[in-house]
Amino acid sequence: MDIDLITQVLFAAIKTGTPLLFIALGEAICEKTGVLNLGQEGMMLMGAVVGFMAAYATGNAGMGIIGAMLIGMLMSLIFGFLVLHLGANQVATGLALTIFGTGLSAFIGASVVGHTITGFQPLNIPLLSEIPVLGKVLFSHDPLVYLAIVLAILIGFVANKTRVGLTIKAVGENPHAANAIGIKVLKVRYLAVMFGGAMAGLGGAYMSLVYTPMWVENMTAGRGWIALALVVFASWRIGNIVLGAYLFGLASIMHLVLQGMGWSISPNLLAMLPYVATIVVMVIIGADKYKEKLLAPRSLGKPFDPRQMA
Amino acid sequence: MIRVQARTEPSTLMTFASPFLAIVLTLIFGSVLFSALGKDPIQALHVLLVLPLSDAYNISEMLVKMGPLLLCAVGLSLCYRANMWNIGAEGQLLAGALGGSAMALQFVDSDSALAMPLTLFAGILSGMAWAAIPTYLKTKFNSNLILTTIMLNYIALYLLIWAVHGPLRDPAGFGFPESALFSDATLLPVLFDSGRVHLGVVLAVLLALVAWFLLSKSHLGFKIRVYGADEPAATYAGFNAKAISWFVMLFAGALAGLAGVAEVAGPIGQLTPNISPGYGYSAIIVAYLGRLHPAGAIIAATFLAILYMGGDLAQIEMGIPIAVVGMFQGVLLFFLLACDFFIRYRIVPSRENMA
Amino acid sequence: MSETLKKQNSSPRLELLNITKQYPGCLANDQICMTLMPGEIHALLGENGAGKSTLVKTIYGVVSPDSGQIIWDGHEVDIKSPSIARDLGIGMVFQHFSLFETLTVAQNIELCLSKEQLSEIGNLAQRIRDLSKAYGLNVDPERYVHSLSIGERQRVEIMRCLVQSVKLLILDEPTSVLTPQEVAGLFTVLRQLSSEGCSILFISHKLHEVTEICHNATILRGGKFVGDCEPANETPATIAKMMVGDLAEQDAGYEKAHGQEMIFAAKNLTLASKNPFGTSLKAVNFELLKGEILGIAGVAGNGQEELMSIISGEDSRSLKNVLTLDGADLGVLSAGARRKSGLAYVPEERLGRGAVPEMSLSENTLLTHSRGFVKSGLVNWAAVKEYAKSLINQYSVKCHGEFSEAKSLSGGNLQKFIMGREIGQNPKVLICAHPTWGVDVGAALAIHQALLQLRDQGAAILLISEDIDELFLLADRMAAVCDGHLSPVVRTEDTSIDQIGQWMAGTFINDSNSSEALT
Repeated sequence: MDIDLITQVLFAAIKTGTPLLFIALGEAICEKTGVLNLGQEGMMLMGAVVGFMAAYATGNAGMGIIGAMLIGMLMSLIFGFLVLHLGANQVATGLALTIFGTGLSAFIGASVVGHTITGFQPLNIPLLSEIPVLGKVLFSHDPLVYLAIVLAILIGFVANKTRVGLTIKAVGENPHAANAIGIKVLKVRYLAVMFGGAMAGLGGAYMSLVYTPMWVENMTAGRGWIALALVVFASWRIGNIVLGAYLFGLASIMHLVLQGMGWSISPNLLAMLPYVATIVVMVIIGADKYKEKLLAPRSLGKPFDPRQMA
Repeated sequence: MIRVQARTEPSTLMTFASPFLAIVLTLIFGSVLFSALGKDPIQALHVLLVLPLSDAYNISEMLVKMGPLLLCAVGLSLCYRANMWNIGAEGQLLAGALGGSAMALQFVDSDSALAMPLTLFAGILSGMAWAAIPTYLKTKFNSNLILTTIMLNYIALYLLIWAVHGPLRDPAGFGFPESALFSDATLLPVLFDSGRVHLGVVLAVLLALVAWFLLSKSHLGFKIRVYGADEPAATYAGFNAKAISWFVMLFAGALAGLAGVAEVAGPIGQLTPNISPGYGYSAIIVAYLGRLHPAGAIIAATFLAILYMGGDLAQIEMGIPIAVVGMFQGVLLFFLLACDFFIRYRIVPSRENMA
Repeated sequence: MSETLKKQNSSPRLELLNITKQYPGCLANDQICMTLMPGEIHALLGENGAGKSTLVKTIYGVVSPDSGQIIWDGHEVDIKSPSIARDLGIGMVFQHFSLFETLTVAQNIELCLSKEQLSEIGNLAQRIRDLSKAYGLNVDPERYVHSLSIGERQRVEIMRCLVQSVKLLILDEPTSVLTPQEVAGLFTVLRQLSSEGCSILFISHKLHEVTEICHNATILRGGKFVGDCEPANETPATIAKMMVGDLAEQDAGYEKAHGQEMIFAAKNLTLASKNPFGTSLKAVNFELLKGEILGIAGVAGNGQEELMSIISGEDSRSLKNVLTLDGADLGVLSAGARRKSGLAYVPEERLGRGAVPEMSLSENTLLTHSRGFVKSGLVNWAAVKEYAKSLINQYSVKCHGEFSEAKSLSGGNLQKFIMGREIGQNPKVLICAHPTWGVDVGAALAIHQALLQLRDQGAAILLISEDIDELFLLADRMAAVCDGHLSPVVRTEDTSIDQIGQWMAGTFINDSNSSEALT
């Protein structure tokens, strides 16, 4: 493999990992408060289509981002209401959100299929982007790649160093105890769910505004699900999520590498790679039951109903 | 003013009424949506719900769609009863279609009486094999079942696409990604002179009844219910969690595999890349709408088949995108989950005057 | 004593007027009135289900009352949430602690403080150390809560209240989780707080403790106020009468039995806990004899859970040559096979483990008792129902019928049902965890008698309980667990509460013959 190929592959891995990073960051915070939102795929698709339409209509990719985050939040509010207010099963509600988002995005996006827009242009960071190899790999991306990293640092700081992070952790471990000491559990969870929605919308917008850039039905191709696996893989730690997102990015473009190296494998078989990689990861992390019990937010997936506090 | 109050006992009435209430709410939502889009809501609902039942041909097409939905949903109902979050019916269905086709293509020029049974058998086995993968990973390595089954859906889809582009492609098919047409001996018998209702639909209903019997009368069914309702109690009672997991997963895999092979050896008659419009995912909705009860699944599958059929007709007659069906399914499940709240709670006048 | 209190401080700290709280199907508090003076230690007494917890949660803002008034320092207040309660100066130590195990002590305490309070305190860790010294609480702010014992956790909860300089401290059954020696330490802290003017509301059902430390007592029964008294002027018997009414029978002393023939043994049982926050078992040895009750005392979380799940087979790890039942190697069998070979089990959690909450009593009968009810894989539901009916009759389980859902039963009635179901399998060995926890006096009596009857029929019973009094009442031989170690086993008549208490604190671990006091 020559250095050009390596440069291109690493560059593409970061780019491919970026939408995963957005979604996984949002979902990690959501899960840290004890809420499992399996609707990532649906929120992401809605973010992708609404982001694309907003950018298409205004000619401004920035408006696309805002639109995508807003629709992500709106979608997550449906989930939040059902799960937090009505105590619906989190797994079923998340699935419903994905099915709904998949259908609705295809429905409203039918009119813009085949259109193109100008997405974000690469932002070469002065000086740094001129470093050979590294400059291309790290410092000549579109602005959203940098945004993802800035957000990761910010979220990592809030989660680990602030009282907000402490509150999130407390709610995720034991909502009843948190309620008993006066933390508004549902409010914390609502905010976390909405944050997750906004991030999923952002991840979707990255797909339709930067990655392709266009709208195709079901274009996220399971990335929302892969991001869910990524959160578990990263043991809910922000630093691991960053690393894991780029690793998954790399796994997703391995078919390009193999083809570049002259392997003649059917592209349909190579397209399975990210999904196979996800299964392999699930096997590795699942095998260590002890560790998962130690690290997972303990109330994850369990409803909290203040009405039943007797 | 009103307030929400917990019921002392869950309401049986609401348990049964909730799915119907959810359907009504979804239809109201649909009418509003269609009005907003400038379509006549009455006409839209007529096309979506009444037209599919208006003549023998439409009814038979509706039943053809009901078959795979029901098969997948009955399997999923058992899985969800046992707290096995199998989202992989779609992949298992595709695997069944793929495995069944591989067998059927051995009989392209044959009129052997074994062709049809062997094809069905191969499809069922393939579905079970596809379900066995996540089950093994779950029981052996504690892997997250939701995520592995989802991933296997994508993998099955690419495997199928690869197969119709490669080993199973019709050599005489001018390079189209399709298999050769199956021989008549392979195809499932059609039940009525007109229409395409085939043996698979009957098998679906029969299997739903078998599953009902299993759940309510057998010790195994009881164990499945306990395992799903209260896992610590099942462990305490000494039920074999792995055996239960394997049983429900293989059962679901077999049914989904049968659904897949019955599509290719039934109405389609060959392997193509588009054999399922998401039956395996819609079956999740069917299972919930049917209250995770095999008998409920029959009613729910019929309703969703009508919706599918109506979606096709609405596209033709009114130019409404077919994607509306997927959206309605999501909305339906939302409303169902919301209505289920009132199984455990009720609304009463508030008693603020007493405070 | 209370008279002097009232004279010294003319205005009460807290007055409750006609507090009423209705839950669906249950009037938890019916027009309750109560007065608390500054510096007063006030007991709130009553049976399980009398409404004590609801009342204190009302004061702490966790539960909002349907009607009634709360007067705090002379002003009517509306305590909508725990944070309002804390701003007023009310602190509470919960029965099931409201601590976060994955956080440190200091982080746990920080979460309860407002930003203003935090900036006022400045260095929180130092403040914790200072208070720890002043009250002898021995709390290290840097430690993670999951590494603390139950007694230490309780002290963290008390510390959490002290940091906020509370004027009223509520403790919900604080002594039920402590060793007798730890109880003495707690009382010292409470007396010190009281002398500094802090009011204390103390929930308990252990009467000798109430007479020891409380100035006044309010007694509730079935959600109603039934009386108040000065415990110093009463005997436990007179208070008990107020708590349970005149009709309740009391447990008499029971005759001890002495088995001869060994039926079950654990030999050098050493096993790492599956749960990262659990306790590993360390070289546990004991034998069960036919026709005896072996009682195991211990503070919760010292390995009882692990011991029961490995004996019952719920913990599916196979163990060779460690557990024997009637000469056969039990450790290699599945939980189901252990049942078939004569092991029955009454777990600590009735609802959600011993019984499926949403299933009927007949279905819950079949849960563990399938012998004779299943033929070629099919269930004979008619026979199951008949049998469930007979269990309900035999053990006087109060319910609508065999179709009632398990969760619709009261704790005591469900426990009688589970006990009957397990005994009905004619076990050779019965493991029984905390059998009367949260159960009213009448049901407790019935459960005790059922256990003794089973013992007298020749079965061996392993009784695990946190209630020392109950163990002394029922057990023929006794031992204690601490941190996964099991103490020597002694005959009940040859030991004392003091010795078992020291064993619960682990004095036997280094030198099993030592009886030195804990430092």
